[in-house]
Amino acid sequence: MQEPVKTPGLSSTDKERLSQAGIDLEMKNRCGSYLQMDQDMVHAACDESGIEVLPYKKAIEKYSWLQDYAWKAVSPDKDDITKYVAAQEDPRGYVIIAHKGSKNVLPIQTCLFLGRDKIQHAHNIIIAEEGAELHIISGCASGSHVGKGGAHYGISEFYIKKDAKISFTMIHYWGEDIEVQPRSASIVEENGVFLSNYVCMQPVKKIQMYPTATLTGANSLARFSSIVISLPGSHMDLGSRAILEAPGASAELITRAITKGGTIISRGHIRGNVAGTRGHLECKGLILKDGIIYAIPEIEGSVVGTELSHEAAVGKLAKDEIEYLMARGLDEDEATATIIRGFLDVKISGLPEALQRQIDASIDVAEKSGF
Amino acid sequence: MLQIKNLSVNVGDKEVLHDINLTIGGGETHVLMGPNGSGKTTLLMTIMGFSSYVITKGQILFKGEDVTAMHAHERAQRGVGMMFQRPPTISGLKLGKMLTAISKTKEENIPELAKIVHMDRFLERDINKGFSGGEIKRSEVLQLMIQNPDFVMLDEPESGVDLENISLIGRNIGGLLEKDKHIVDRKKSGLVITHTGYILDYIDADKGHVMCDGEVKCHGNPREILKEIQQRGYKECLECRSQ
Ligand SMILES: Nc1ncnc2c1ncn2[C@@H]1O[C@H](COP(=O)(O)OP(=O)(O)O)[C@@H](O)[C@H]1O
Ligand SMILES: [Mg+2]
Repeated sequence: MQEPVKTPGLSSTDKERLSQAGIDLEMKNRCGSYLQMDQDMVHAACDESGIEVLPYKKAIEKYSWLQDYAWKAVSPDKDDITKYVAAQEDPRGYVIIAHKGSKNVLPIQTCLFLGRDKIQHAHNIIIAEEGAELHIISGCASGSHVGKGGAHYGISEFYIKKDAKISFTMIHYWGEDIEVQPRSASIVEENGVFLSNYVCMQPVKKIQMYPTATLTGANSLARFSSIVISLPGSHMDLGSRAILEAPGASAELITRAITKGGTIISRGHIRGNVAGTRGHLECKGLILKDGIIYAIPEIEGSVVGTELSHEAAVGKLAKDEIEYLMARGLDEDEATATIIRGFLDVKISGLPEALQRQIDASIDVAEKSGF
Repeated sequence: MLQIKNLSVNVGDKEVLHDINLTIGGGETHVLMGPNGSGKTTLLMTIMGFSSYVITKGQILFKGEDVTAMHAHERAQRGVGMMFQRPPTISGLKLGKMLTAISKTKEENIPELAKIVHMDRFLERDINKGFSGGEIKRSEVLQLMIQNPDFVMLDEPESGVDLENISLIGRNIGGLLEKDKHIVDRKKSGLVITHTGYILDYIDADKGHVMCDGEVKCHGNPREILKEIQQRGYKECLECRSQ
């Protein structure tokens, strides 16, 4: 059993925001934790044997071989965001290493909290060595008093070795003045599995990300699932990309997007470079109030024997479906909420129960406030 | 239980039902027959309160109360229920979740009820997605078992269903209509659309009506009307009455 995470000076409102981003400060259902508030590392610990949670700088000092991983999946010259983070003399962020054969049942939580500063930066490296299984929930939130101009730049590099598995569930709880630009990439080796889940049900000024998984090993698998609601004033430019480079590699990119007045650009790209690869991209959008859902699915095959498909649909709630439920006694609001709930209900296979519950819980919160 | 007075209904800009009158008493089950496209489904959807069925004239009284202007859920809450001929598929919404939503505070044992109509393996499936004809009907019966309406409308409960399933569905519909109770104690009423009459073996109906071109043209003993239609077709059956 872990000690609760101490967060001196955090208001109860902000604690609540963290909890809605999936952060369990009591550590009841977590085996490890990393908490960074603005640029200060507050807590880093893990009591699962074979798994280490370290602040970035300490990790680099401890393991010189990490040089072979830092900035190898994401290029430091990629764009202004990566350049900004790469230029930091005093890098922040975390390193999680699941050593060979280790496994966590309860997830590790990582939390990046933007409290006062204008810009928060972090560089994270997550490694699952051969046969390891690592489950992480990452809650990102801003304090209720962060004013205009707050920004979060996070670089995350994932390395999934032979027969290893990483699930990374990210729940965002920003404010309507915050700009968020994560940059992340993963490299998946033979038989490796990478599950990336993203949930954002709350306002944000601007979020832009396009994580890429490169599947370099035979029979490797990547699955990206995103569940987002865009409120008025929110601009969400979300994508995910999978590059299939070994026989038997497969990818699935699933998005459920709802606009209530905001903008969602849902990008997806699967590239099949070798034979015997498969990929599917699915984006379903629901326009509840006038806003924009712009789905841009791309599939790109370059050899015989890669099978790629996509399915995109944007629409409104169907009246006959609402009335079907009304005929069973639900009023219009209840019927609508029940259908939206179903629309967002993406069950992610291979995800531990605790994480699926956490995803369901953030949808519950949105449902209670009437979507 | 139900009283329909001089009801005319438009679908789109076309008048589909013309001046319908129909009264169904407590404990009674009526059968509605008629050729395809004559307006039977339209009548049921109108009684249920679907918004694309626009009442241009007349009234619907349920348990003495004027429900003509009410929404579907208000009618459902007062005890009107319906088995749909072609219910919509709702992507993502699991049958089990829907049943929980409609059971509201009632402490129903959903898995147990689902077993009765062999739908226990469907609770985690999207409603109606890829359901066969028989599965759709069983799912509809299950929803009605939880809703437990006082007035049950059934739109072709046996169409697309094999004999074994007809018996399962028929028995449970009989239950919904309290056919196991003595006639004196029976409170529930029904209105059933059928072409084949198989369902009559389970519900012993009291009265039959034939609809043609949006009008109810003929009333009588349901078995006799059915026999007439099966022997001579709708055309002659209706001609006999209009003379
Ligand atoms: N949603 C609709 N839009 C247009 N026409 C409809 C619609 N529903 C029913 N109709 C028309 O109304 C008439 C009656 O249909 P319906 O009530 O389904 O008949 P039945 O159930 O007796 O076969 C038909 O001519 C049908 O084409
Ligand atoms: Mg019909």
